[in-house]
Amino acid sequence: MKPGPAPASRRTAKPTGPASAGAPVPTAAPPAHRQDRSTAEVLSGAQAVIRSLELLGIDTVFGLPGGTILPTYDPLLDSEKITHILVRHEQGAGHAAEGYAAATGKLGVCLATSGPGATNLVTAIADAHMDSVPLLAITGQQSSKLLGTDAFQEADIVGMTMPITKHSFLVTRAEDIPQALMSAHRIATTGRPGPVLVDITKDAQQAEAPFVWPEEPYLPGYRPVLKPHAKQIREAAALIAQARRPVLYIGGGVIRSGAEEELLALAEATHIPVATTLMARGAFPDSHPQHLGMPGMHGTVPAVASFQKADLLIAVGARFDDRVTGDLDSFAPRAKVIHADIDPAEIGKNRTADVPIVGDAAEVMAELLTELRTRYEAVLADERTAWWRMLDEWKETFPLGYEENEDGLCDPQYVISRISALTGPEGVYAAGVGQHQMWAAQFVKYERPRSWLNSGGLGTMGYSVPAAMGAKVGEPDRVVWAIDGDGCFQMTNQELATCVINRIPIKVAIINNSSLGMVRQWQTLFYDGRYSHSDLNTGHNSVRVPDFVKLAEAYGCEGIRVERNEDVDAAVQRALEIDDRPVVIDFTVPADAMVWPMVAAGVSNDEIQYARDIRPDFGGEELEEGV
Amino acid sequence: MSRHTLSVLVENKPGVLARLTGLIARRGFNIHSLAVGTTEIEAFSRITVVVDVADVPLEQVTKQLNKLVNVIKIVELEPEVSVRRAHMIFKVRADAATRAQIAAAVEMFRGHIIDVAPDAVSIEATGEQSKLDALRLVLEPFGIKEIVQSGTVAIARGPKSITDKAPRAG
Repeated sequence: MKPGPAPASRRTAKPTGPASAGAPVPTAAPPAHRQDRSTAEVLSGAQAVIRSLELLGIDTVFGLPGGTILPTYDPLLDSEKITHILVRHEQGAGHAAEGYAAATGKLGVCLATSGPGATNLVTAIADAHMDSVPLLAITGQQSSKLLGTDAFQEADIVGMTMPITKHSFLVTRAEDIPQALMSAHRIATTGRPGPVLVDITKDAQQAEAPFVWPEEPYLPGYRPVLKPHAKQIREAAALIAQARRPVLYIGGGVIRSGAEEELLALAEATHIPVATTLMARGAFPDSHPQHLGMPGMHGTVPAVASFQKADLLIAVGARFDDRVTGDLDSFAPRAKVIHADIDPAEIGKNRTADVPIVGDAAEVMAELLTELRTRYEAVLADERTAWWRMLDEWKETFPLGYEENEDGLCDPQYVISRISALTGPEGVYAAGVGQHQMWAAQFVKYERPRSWLNSGGLGTMGYSVPAAMGAKVGEPDRVVWAIDGDGCFQMTNQELATCVINRIPIKVAIINNSSLGMVRQWQTLFYDGRYSHSDLNTGHNSVRVPDFVKLAEAYGCEGIRVERNEDVDAAVQRALEIDDRPVVIDFTVPADAMVWPMVAAGVSNDEIQYARDIRPDFGGEELEEGV
Repeated sequence: MSRHTLSVLVENKPGVLARLTGLIARRGFNIHSLAVGTTEIEAFSRITVVVDVADVPLEQVTKQLNKLVNVIKIVELEPEVSVRRAHMIFKVRADAATRAQIAAAVEMFRGHIIDVAPDAVSIEATGEQSKLDALRLVLEPFGIKEIVQSGTVAIARGPKSITDKAPRAG
């Protein structure tokens, strides 16, 4: 089930006991004992930053220096425990830290200077906030006496990022640095993970103070609930016992929690079908017969239909996002809802829960299974054959598929299927945002968590290359693919320089349809084919600006162009053989390929189209009432 | 729409008020009144915020506020089980002819005249919002030149305290 190196985060990224706020520091940090301030070693604030990161077990930092963070970059040069990767743009540092975190389960760390350095991190911070990625962003800030004077490269980054961070700190005194970084680490990695910003003034970095490593962060208002309430578990089990058409609606929280084993055990014991959202791809093996695929706007027909026909949704670590529910009023109209999430604010936000459960996904599912085994032996014996007959028929009738193009070009779905088949489930796949992202979610076969990285909530074009870079740094023994679009690639491909210089041999598959593909698809479907500003001129029958193969070569990468399906395997094999530099493959695909199935934005899931103008017939009410 | 009084116990740190009000604004709620002050515990401040919301989103906003790391505790103070007070100062036109009438009205509302000028008086009054509104109606015919009002503060009736069981500074 889980070959390869065990994800480092499993159970270590957060304390699991009920008294989480009082739990020990979650990394392998040697807990220094509370020292007497008078005998403590005197360090500069900058040295305190590096020492604190070392004590927190941080081994990798992505960043780019500038004026106000220069003091911290000086002791960083001497650190033997921390590897710093110099990026070419701070957004790349942010996404690389995200990719590192998503692939390893550990905290991702990025470092930038004040002003534009900090604002360049904003997109990545917002991305991490939407997708619950444990991210620590450290920024330099103008000296405290200049704050608020519009000094050079001054930006109120704490103020700007308040809506998109889990928490933030403005540190103006050297002695406050250890407590701030320890607290930031705790907040970012526990409960519902998220980004934490620590903004440190230049004078705080330059001042000297006794280095006192606290035993515990002082966070009186931070007490994430991990252990579910027993009464809620009992009520949930009772609902499951009564349900005839239940579905497990699995979200990204299951991956963040490391709850894949508990999910597998619960699903197999109860014979309940599983749908994994865009953020949860890999939480349950695609090869498992109980897997229905992905729900939502571009989900599979069986997954979408199962929600619409279900009488019980068991949502775990999912947030009823509009891309999953479509029109909320007609979403899963017959279903009662068990909603388990570590964040109480997610429960009941969009859809009222019949049984709310606040807790960690792993603990919730383990306790649910124990409760079912104890009280509902007969329910576990039920193989739910009538429900499965219906589901299996949908799976058989409406598999994911595509029509081959008639232009002799590569089919994007074929390209991605072959990358998946030749690389295998031990690879890591990072996508940008758009059509190629949906195809990568659909056509890569995911068998393990943390093998699929993408920008789900924010939808950040340009996520792929830097995220793949971060993932490769964190998981150097895995093959890491950036499955990218020609639009996305042009937003962050400067990090190829970082990859080449630092020997981070990622593989980039550009699904090049010479346009902003998803925009074009919507223009085709909803704007009468009026292609307003979506043509990028990068591909087939265009001037090819830029020429991605030449661009790759200019960076010192291997560049390959593939224009026909029959050449796909050889190019992918060639990419897999190269391990000393990044490889960029420019797959030329037709501009008119579209992502199917599709539920148009804001429309009911009942209106899912399997392909253009083809609406599946799921059978009438009497069919499901008979189940 | 309905009006709710939330009592929010927070860490006494810079920026906490901005986090709280920013979040309320982002979620589209209208702040009717706001009062901030220290408490019997030095490390904590207390924010009393009166918001206009529909019932379901109130739960959402309190859950979101609870996620703020600096927020220790949130209590909704229902009118029946709490005491609430606001402080208001009026500057009203007054001359020799009207001053006595104004003083009588102020007396009825247990207010005080805190400043007197040849053609105006300043009046302070404390109480529930409804009482202050009533005083305002009475004073309006004389000519109100200026009004300034504090945020409402509120406290639960009975022996319990919002800081019971609150973690102390460590």
